[in-house]
Amino acid sequence: MIGSNKKTTMPLADKLVSSFLAFELDIDIQSPVHNIRTDAIKKFEKLGFPHRKLEAWKYTSLNKLLKEDYTLFSKKKNVLDFKNVKDFFLDNTESYKLIFVDGFFDSFLSQTSHEKVDVCIMSAALSKAKYTSIIKKYFNKSIEKGDSLSQLNTAFSKEGAYIHVPKNIILEKPIEIIHFATGNESALMLQPRNLIVLEEGAQAEIIESHQSLTDNPIFTNSVSEIFVSKNAHLDYYKIQNDRLSSSLIDNTYISQERDSNSKIHTFSFGGKLTRNNLNYYQKGSYINSTMKGITIIDDKQLVDHHTLVDHANPNCESHQDYKGIYSGSSTGVFNGKIVVDKIAQKTNAFQKNNNILLNDKSTINSKPQLEIFADDVKCSHGCTIGQLDQDALFYLRARGIPKKEAEALLTYAFANNVLESVNIPALKSKIKKIIANKLGVEIGFDL
Amino acid sequence: MAYTEEELKKELETKEYEYGFVTDIESDTFPVGLNEGIVKAISKRKEEPEWMTDWRLKAFKSWQEMEEPKWANVKYPKPDFQKISYYSAPKGKDKYNSLDEVDPELLKTFEKLGISINEQKKLTGVAIDIVVDSVSVATTFKETLSKKGIIFCSISEAIKNHPDLVKKYIGSVVPQKDNFYATLNSAVFSDGSFCYIPKGVRCPMELSTYFRINQAGTGQFERTLVIADKDSYVSYLEGCTAPSRDENQLHAAVVELVALDGAEIKYSTVQNWFPGNKNGKGGVFNFVTKRGICHTNSKISWTQVETGSAVTWKYPSCILKGDNSIGEFYSIAVTNNYQQADTGTKMIHIGKNTKSTILSKGISAGKSQNSYRGLVQINAKAENARNFSQCDSLLMGNKCGAHTFPYIEVKNKTAIVEHEASTSKIGEDQIFYCNQRGIDTEQAIALIVNGFSKEVLNKLPMEFAVEAQKLLEISLEGSVG
Repeated sequence: MIGSNKKTTMPLADKLVSSFLAFELDIDIQSPVHNIRTDAIKKFEKLGFPHRKLEAWKYTSLNKLLKEDYTLFSKKKNVLDFKNVKDFFLDNTESYKLIFVDGFFDSFLSQTSHEKVDVCIMSAALSKAKYTSIIKKYFNKSIEKGDSLSQLNTAFSKEGAYIHVPKNIILEKPIEIIHFATGNESALMLQPRNLIVLEEGAQAEIIESHQSLTDNPIFTNSVSEIFVSKNAHLDYYKIQNDRLSSSLIDNTYISQERDSNSKIHTFSFGGKLTRNNLNYYQKGSYINSTMKGITIIDDKQLVDHHTLVDHANPNCESHQDYKGIYSGSSTGVFNGKIVVDKIAQKTNAFQKNNNILLNDKSTINSKPQLEIFADDVKCSHGCTIGQLDQDALFYLRARGIPKKEAEALLTYAFANNVLESVNIPALKSKIKKIIANKLGVEIGFDL
Repeated sequence: MAYTEEELKKELETKEYEYGFVTDIESDTFPVGLNEGIVKAISKRKEEPEWMTDWRLKAFKSWQEMEEPKWANVKYPKPDFQKISYYSAPKGKDKYNSLDEVDPELLKTFEKLGISINEQKKLTGVAIDIVVDSVSVATTFKETLSKKGIIFCSISEAIKNHPDLVKKYIGSVVPQKDNFYATLNSAVFSDGSFCYIPKGVRCPMELSTYFRINQAGTGQFERTLVIADKDSYVSYLEGCTAPSRDENQLHAAVVELVALDGAEIKYSTVQNWFPGNKNGKGGVFNFVTKRGICHTNSKISWTQVETGSAVTWKYPSCILKGDNSIGEFYSIAVTNNYQQADTGTKMIHIGKNTKSTILSKGISAGKSQNSYRGLVQINAKAENARNFSQCDSLLMGNKCGAHTFPYIEVKNKTAIVEHEASTSKIGEDQIFYCNQRGIDTEQAIALIVNGFSKEVLNKLPMEFAVEAQKLLEISLEGSVG
C-alpha cells in the first residue's frame, strides 16, 4: 500500500514521484488530462521541492514540513457529522457548498448545483464528456510555467471544486468550499485542485477554507485556477484559521479578461506554516484586480504572502493592501511583485503593506517589488513596520478600558479597512469573531 | 526657429561622449591574464611588505574558488578575467615633488576635464589625490593636512608608511571573501586612497580624488580606506570620467569606511564613466563594493550621482554597529541608451537607537534598465531602530525599465520602518506649463529632473553640486522623443 510503509526514510519528493505509478491505477489514464499530469510529474521530479536558495523562498523553509511521513492518499472515506463541523460554515446564510473530507467529496454535507450553473466537483468534470470542452480550454492553462509545487499538484490533480458560471449569470448565494482533514490515520498530505470559470458578465462570491480536525500534521498543497471573463465579477475570500498542526501552501492563479473585476481577500490567523502564492494575469484592458489581507499570528506561526500582478495591457488597475500583526515568535513574509509591461500604459498599481510587531521574537520580512517598463503609469508601494500607538493606548486606558481590550481595539482599527470591503455580512461577523478570539478578548468590534 | 525637435534629437543622438579622449602617455602595462605570478608581481612592483603580498595571495586563492554573482538585474557579457591587464602605471619618474615634474600631457588631460590642479589649489581649497589609471601622480595640500595630523595619501604609500593602520583596518569592513569582485580587488588592487583623521580633528577641506581609466584594456582596481578616529569629521569626494573606448572596461573598486566613536564621514561620489555609445557598444563595467562601519554615536553618509558606466552594480552600505549611530544614503542614478544600473544600499541595524535614511531617485531613459535594490535589516537587539526609505523612479519612454527590489527584515518590535516607492513619468502638463513660458522641452525636462533630484543634489558638497547638475542634463540629452 502506498504511504503505509511507516519506517521509510525516503524523502517526500521521491516518495511522491514513486507513488505516481500507483496513483495512475486509480484514475483514467486514457483521458487527455493525463498527458498534462505525466508532464507535470516530470517537471516536479526535475525541480524538486523549493528550498531557501531560491529567491522566492528566501524567508520560508519547508524543511521541517517535508520531514513528516505523510500518507499521500487517504484510504477510506471518513464521514463527518454536520453537528460537529457546523461552526466552520457561515451562519444563517443560504449557500452552495462543496465539502471535501480527506480529499474525497462529501455529498451529504455538500449542496451542489447543475441548474444554470455548475457547482460540482473536479473528478466529475475531468471524466464526464459534457465538461470536456471547458476542461480542454482552461485546465492547467495558467500554470504551465508554474513552480514545482503547482506542478506537483497538477500531477496528482483529481479532486476539488469545479465551478462554471455561464454568461450573464449572477449567483444569488455564495459558494462555500471547505476542505476538511480528519487525518485519523497519521500525517496526511492533501492536494486539492480547484477550477473556477466565470463566463462573460457572470458574478460569483466564493469562500474557501481548509480545516483540519486532528492534531496529526496536515500538509495541504492546493491549486486554484480562476478564469474571469469579460465584464465578469469575482469576490473570493480565503479563510485560513486552521490548527497549529497543519500547514498550507495555496497557489492561486487568476486570469482576467477585459473589463473584469476580481477581488481576493486572504485572512490568515491559523496554521503552522501558510504560504499564499497569489498570481494575477491581466489579459485585457480596463481590468481591476484587488487583493487584500489581514494576518494576525503568534506562537511559532509563519505566514508568507507572495503576490504577483502581471500588468500586460493598458488602462488596468491593481490594488493591494496587506495588514499584518505579529506576536509571539511568529514570522511574517510579504513579497509583492508588480510587473508593468511596456505596452501597459496608464496602469495604476498600488501596493501597501503595513505591519505591527508586538514581540521581540517576532520577525517580519517584507519585499515590495516593482518592475516597470512603461512610462505613463502610476505605481507606488508603501511598507511600514511599527507598533501600536502608545498615545492612543494611553487615551483608551485613561478611559477605563483594560490594556488587552485597548490593544485589541487598536489592532482591529488597524486592520479594519481591509475588513470593510467584505461584502457578505455573515462572513464579516465571523471574521470579527475570529479576530476577537485570536486577540483573546470578548468584544464584538461592532462599534 | 528653424531648429526643430527632430533636428535636436538627431544632433543629440550623434553626440559623442564629451570626455572621450585618450591621453597619449606611455604606460607601463603588465601582460594580460591573472595568476599567482601576476599578483606577486603587482605586490613587488609596489614595493609592498611581505604581509601585504600574503594578504593578496590569500584573497587570490579564495577568488579562484568563487563564482560571479548572477542575482543582479543586469545583463552583460561575462568579462574574461584572463584578458585583462591587472596593472598599469604612467611611466616617468616614480615620485613627484611638485606639479612641474608631472608629465605635461597628463596635466593637459586634467585641464580638458576642467580640473586644473593649480586653479583648484588656489580657489577651492580642495586637496586632490589624482589617480590616472592606477598610480597616484599628484598629491596636493599634503602639508596643510599633515599639520593637523591628517594622513591623506595613496594606499600604497600608506602600506609602506603606516602599516599598523592599514593592517588593522584593511578588510575589516569588506572582508576578503565578501563577494567575487571584492575578493578580486583584494588580490590585485593597484592603488587608491588612504585617509586617516586623528582624534577630535575636523578636516578643514573636502578631500577628493579623481579616478580615470585610461589605458586600453586595463582593469581598474581601486582600494580606498577612510578611517575617522574618535570625534573627528571628514568629507570625502570622489569623481570620475573615463575616455571613450570600444571594448568593455572592468572596474571593481572597494571602499571601506571606518567611523569610530563619535566620528562622522561624508562620502560623495559623482560617477560619469563612459556609458557606451547610443547603440550600447562599449562602456565601463562598474562593480563596486562600498561599505562603512559606524561605531557608537558616529555617522556615515553616502551621496552618489551615478550617470555613467554601461553596467553599474553598486551598494554603498552602512553597518550601524554602535549605539546611536546614523547611516544615510542619498542617490541619483540616471540611465540612458543601453545603460544598466542595479544600485541601492544596505542598512544593517545592530546597535540601539540607530537611525537610517535612504533616499533614492532613479531616472531611466532610452533603452536603459534602472534598478533599486536595498536591504534594511533590524536585528533583534537593535532597540528603537528607525528607518525611512523612499525610492522614486522617473521613466521616459516605454523602452526603458525601472525596478525596485527593497528587502525589509525586522526582528525587533520597537523598530519603526517606513518604505515608500513611486514610479511616474514627467507630466505633460508640467512640460506644457514650461513651454508656455518660453522654455523649450529639452530645458523643461532638465528643470523637472533637477527638481525631482533636488533633495539628493542638496546633499552634495558645493563643488560637486554644480558639476552634478550639469551631468544630469548631459546624460539625459536626447532622451525626449
